[in-house]
Amino acid sequence: MITINGEQFDLKEIKLSDYLNEKSFKPERIAIELNGEILPKSKYNETILKDGDEAEVVSFVGGG
Amino acid sequence: MEIKLNGNIIDFQGNSLFDLCRKFGFKNDETTVKIINGFQTSDDISLKEKDEIVLIKKGNFPNEQELESMLSARHTPKVYEKVKKARVAVAGLGGLGSNIAINLARTGVGTLHLIDFDIVEPSNLNRQQYLIKHLGMEKTKALKEQISQINPFVKVITQNVKITEENCLEIFKDDTIVCEAFDNPLAKAMLVNKLLEEREDVYVISASGMAGYFSSNSINTKKIIDRFYICGDLENGAKQGMGLMAPRVSVCAGHQSNMALRIILSEYEC
Repeated sequence: MITINGEQFDLKEIKLSDYLNEKSFKPERIAIELNGEILPKSKYNETILKDGDEAEVVSFVGGG
Repeated sequence: MEIKLNGNIIDFQGNSLFDLCRKFGFKNDETTVKIINGFQTSDDISLKEKDEIVLIKKGNFPNEQELESMLSARHTPKVYEKVKKARVAVAGLGGLGSNIAINLARTGVGTLHLIDFDIVEPSNLNRQQYLIKHLGMEKTKALKEQISQINPFVKVITQNVKITEENCLEIFKDDTIVCEAFDNPLAKAMLVNKLLEEREDVYVISASGMAGYFSSNSINTKKIIDRFYICGDLENGAKQGMGLMAPRVSVCAGHQSNMALRIILSEYEC
């Protein structure tokens, strides 16, 4: 099981960039937590989520 | 017994608050503000060892020595000492940042590091803590002036500079609590990622989603990892047809400043 933003996926692996594309997340407007750590931007393209991984994608909207 | 009166430790021979008023020439009626251990009262309370009492004659302007103890009189005892030693950085001095900075100044945070590159213009006044007289002034200067009129005992360090990926590590090198208070989502994501990737000793309190007049109760503080908190509804960005308005912006700034205060006081849950 892979969990992203509370949603569970019964898959062996998910390519992070595919998930971000599918959910229309813009990489320059997000921060990603993977298993309790911040995932560096430079690893977004190469990261493949595996069984047991938990991730949260935080999306920033404008205003302040 | 030994008590603290208006910031000075004294040996008091007496029993109650009204005894103390009498001894030091304060009336015990409503013309004197009487604060005992952070709580304002009009009752004649029994005093005990180590109590902290502040007596203020309404309408009198205190001298500088008395002023600090009076400004901190409504704080919870023992909290003010910790808060006074703390330092917080505020990145961006718009609706969020100006409110965060003033909240923390009122709380007595010892050092505030305030950064913005912009000047005050009329459209800021719908939600930012500036005045007509500040129009055209650098936000850093205007906010420093505001704070000096609220709590002159706060040390305010300002930098009039645009924060970028290239300069942010240098700008925040002496900070361990940073409130991200930008308007632009790209700038928000840049600062949060950069600080959390490159620094292991910094708490970042960010904000996302506070536009419009949706319910106040949809604005929350969320802890993403140990050093990263985000405040807001995470959804409602400023866009055409949905502006930023003082109430929700200040609710969100309240969340950010309270989280900063909690971290200062070693409370890390949100």
